[in-house]
Amino acid sequence: MAETIFVALGTIAVLSGLLCIVQRNALAAAIWLVVTMLALAGMYLILGAPFIAAIQVLVYAGAVMVLFIFVIMLLNLSHGPSDLRGPAAWAGGLVLAVALGTFLLRLGGYDPARLALELTGTSDLSPAAVFESAEQARQLADAQGVVGAVAGPLFSTYLVPFEVTSLLLLAAIVGAVVLAKKRI
Amino acid sequence: MLLGPALAISALLFAIGVVGVLVRRNAIVLFMCIELMLNAVNLTFVALSRYHGVGGQLMVFFVMTVAAAEAAVGLAIILAVFRHTTSVDLKTNTLLQG
Repeated sequence: MAETIFVALGTIAVLSGLLCIVQRNALAAAIWLVVTMLALAGMYLILGAPFIAAIQVLVYAGAVMVLFIFVIMLLNLSHGPSDLRGPAAWAGGLVLAVALGTFLLRLGGYDPARLALELTGTSDLSPAAVFESAEQARQLADAQGVVGAVAGPLFSTYLVPFEVTSLLLLAAIVGAVVLAKKRI
Repeated sequence: MLLGPALAISALLFAIGVVGVLVRRNAIVLFMCIELMLNAVNLTFVALSRYHGVGGQLMVFFVMTVAAAEAAVGLAIILAVFRHTTSVDLKTNTLLQG
């Protein structure tokens, strides 16, 4: 059941992603991208990451895409000549995408057993024994709640990247204001 | 057993994003295609975090922060370019072309 919903959401994500890149209207492309992101949020829920799903809806489908739509409407880009490149770019793009897609699609054959085999080199161990940290994480999520299980490592193991992120955001705020201002 | 489908869907989304970057000339749509590729990678991180613990989900958290910063600065640059050339079409923005 969960797998059926997962594949259905994945199909929605891929189809709306395709529609996003072929829409002439930039606003329509942005709306289709929002659909992709909402479908991805549903997939995160099924994959057992409800915190990431909530962040995906709030930050990506909410804040980032609102910023995109805001700029599209500010610049009045909804109507205008087509911006699709010529057949040469399409041919090159499709060749590259098919090559990349078939190369990456082979990853679709992976299951936990094969992942464990490639990680350890022996097929004697069961996936549950190899990925015991995942089982620990699941128990931690049961004990502390989903957000608690994510927040624990965030403020211990990943504390330095987390603080660097705040610096990055500060630089982005200042940079965006300086760039978008007409006169400083 | 959602690992295989998740990785396949992520591969397809990434390939779609690459096509979008190559065939569009609108700078804003280009940015959206880059966001699509970032989302595809995020799906891989979340799918694998079921087996490697919660680190993958935290990486998604960091990717989202970087994507938000990139969108803010990138759109500000596009606004500045639009003020100069009144167009976001990459074909008309050839100032750096020799």
